[in-house]
Amino acid sequence: MGFDVNDCVVRFENVGLRYGLGPEVLQDISIALTPASYHFLVGPSGAGKSSLLRLMYLALRPTRGLISLFGRDIAVTPRDELPALRRRIGVVFQEFRLLSHLSAFDNVALPLRVAGTRESDVQRHVEELLAWVGLKDHIHARLPTLSGGQQQRVAIARAVITKPQLLLADEPTGNVDDRMALRLMHLFEELNKLGTTIVIATHNETLVKRLGHPCLRVDGGRLVSDRPEGFLKSRGSAGDGHGAEPTPSPRTLGILS
Amino acid sequence: MLSRRTDLPLDADVLGRFLPWIIAFMVFLAVLATAGMFVLQDAASRWSAGVARTLTVQIPPPTGERILPPAEDPRVLEALKILRTTPGIVRANVLSDDRLASLLEPWLGRASAVSGLPLPRLIDVEIEAGTTVDAQALGQRLAEAIAGASVDDHRIWLDRLLRLLGAVEWVAMAILACIGLATVGTVVYATRTSLAVHRQVIEVLHLIGAQDAYVARQFAWRALSLGLRGGLIGLSLALPALLAVGYVAAHIDSELLPRASLSPLQWGMIAAIPLLASAVAMLTARVTVMKTLAAML
Ligand SMILES: Nc1ncnc2c1ncn2[C@@H]1O[C@H](COP(=O)(O)OP(=O)(O)OP(=O)(O)O)[C@@H](O)[C@H]1O
Ligand SMILES: [Mg+2]
Repeated sequence: MGFDVNDCVVRFENVGLRYGLGPEVLQDISIALTPASYHFLVGPSGAGKSSLLRLMYLALRPTRGLISLFGRDIAVTPRDELPALRRRIGVVFQEFRLLSHLSAFDNVALPLRVAGTRESDVQRHVEELLAWVGLKDHIHARLPTLSGGQQQRVAIARAVITKPQLLLADEPTGNVDDRMALRLMHLFEELNKLGTTIVIATHNETLVKRLGHPCLRVDGGRLVSDRPEGFLKSRGSAGDGHGAEPTPSPRTLGILS
Repeated sequence: MLSRRTDLPLDADVLGRFLPWIIAFMVFLAVLATAGMFVLQDAASRWSAGVARTLTVQIPPPTGERILPPAEDPRVLEALKILRTTPGIVRANVLSDDRLASLLEPWLGRASAVSGLPLPRLIDVEIEAGTTVDAQALGQRLAEAIAGASVDDHRIWLDRLLRLLGAVEWVAMAILACIGLATVGTVVYATRTSLAVHRQVIEVLHLIGAQDAYVARQFAWRALSLGLRGGLIGLSLALPALLAVGYVAAHIDSELLPRASLSPLQWGMIAAIPLLASAVAMLTARVTVMKTLAAML
């Protein structure tokens, strides 16, 4: 097919990971994710989904194997160039990891401010996105006053505010009802259509079936299936399966344009 | 004080409450040590300038049966003649017996007891400001004319005093250096603790793509703000102490005590101590954070 592996957004080769001196929680993982692909990451609890994502968002280094992001081998990337790589990645952490002393607004604004965006732009984008995820009335609420589902939406907003090239979400819909879950998934679909590569770890089999994207299945620290059709292209193949929801596109709101 | 948007809940940690007081204490000590050093430096230069402008000529006690008062002693008159023809000498005064007696009083008691003693003749010589007189050559000329006459330019006494002052100055500087080191150490410790406390938040900032410098800046700004706060407290405690010492010193009637007053420049330098302390705190915090973060992925 003439596809160059260096064009992969994420590439793992025989990656292994252990925490400290413990057993290998990930073994022989090889993945190649092409630009604008969309994968679900599934598997039983404790299988290693979060660990795999941690490797992708550079919170951990593998104990063996090769990882390259955006065509760069992270083992040989100088430390001071990592922040630039990380800014191209949006992450929804399983445990949110929001800053509890800041308001919803300031949490979502953080990636923009860290990247040095002008404050007037920050204001506009953050308010728009928070409104879109249904937190219009909680923009300046302090984090501890928000419900679990509301916090999760703040976490998602923080992950997508920069329109990252790679979006990694760990159980992003675990705390919201099905309607909101679908609405949030819609946000990811839109991002994906704009070219963002997406990996979502989830236990929600209905959602996986409904959206029909290929699955990366982990079990006992090993990758058990990587549907080949998802390897190179996933866009379009799944795009029409979820049209039932009459939610306005985030793009029509200008958030993602 | 300096209000700046920060992502770290730095104001909420205990260190914010204790660091200013440590710095206040350090600044307090530093101000006292510096002021002391300035007073000593002043005294040293004033003494050496003052002493360099005087000489004392000493002529041995008269030996004959008839003891003439100093002003009539022919050897004294001879010496005065030589002195008054020496260029650079403004004034030469013979010390009267009464004056001599009063100088000796602390050692020998009432003047009456002294009057019978054979006392050396002393001539107080004042040298014109800005010129020097070769004391050795003058001594030689006097000794040729008058047996046993000598010139004392107080150098030995002055040198000893200056050496003592120099040593005290070194001690003051060593104290200042210790204060500086202690401040740096405290800030390093405080910053490390604060980093540990906020580790979770810092990790999130990192994963979001913050550069080390972004995190370090927040710590540095806070250290600067806490340092300024502490520095001003320290200065405002030290100033009354200085003024009190100055007041007491001004009311002790002693020629030997250095005059405890500072020039505007010296006051300026003292006022700069809190600024210096907060700059040190800021820089230290920054370096500490950068070093600690370099160990993170
Ligand atoms: N920080 C850690 N230190 C040591 N072991 C860990 C750590 N995090 C995870 N593990 C271990 O790694 C394995 C995989 O954990 P991981 O969190 O990746 O699973 P998961 O698939 O995300 O599970 P879940 O669906 O419950 O979130 C587990 O056995 C877990 O005990
Ligand atoms: Mg997990």
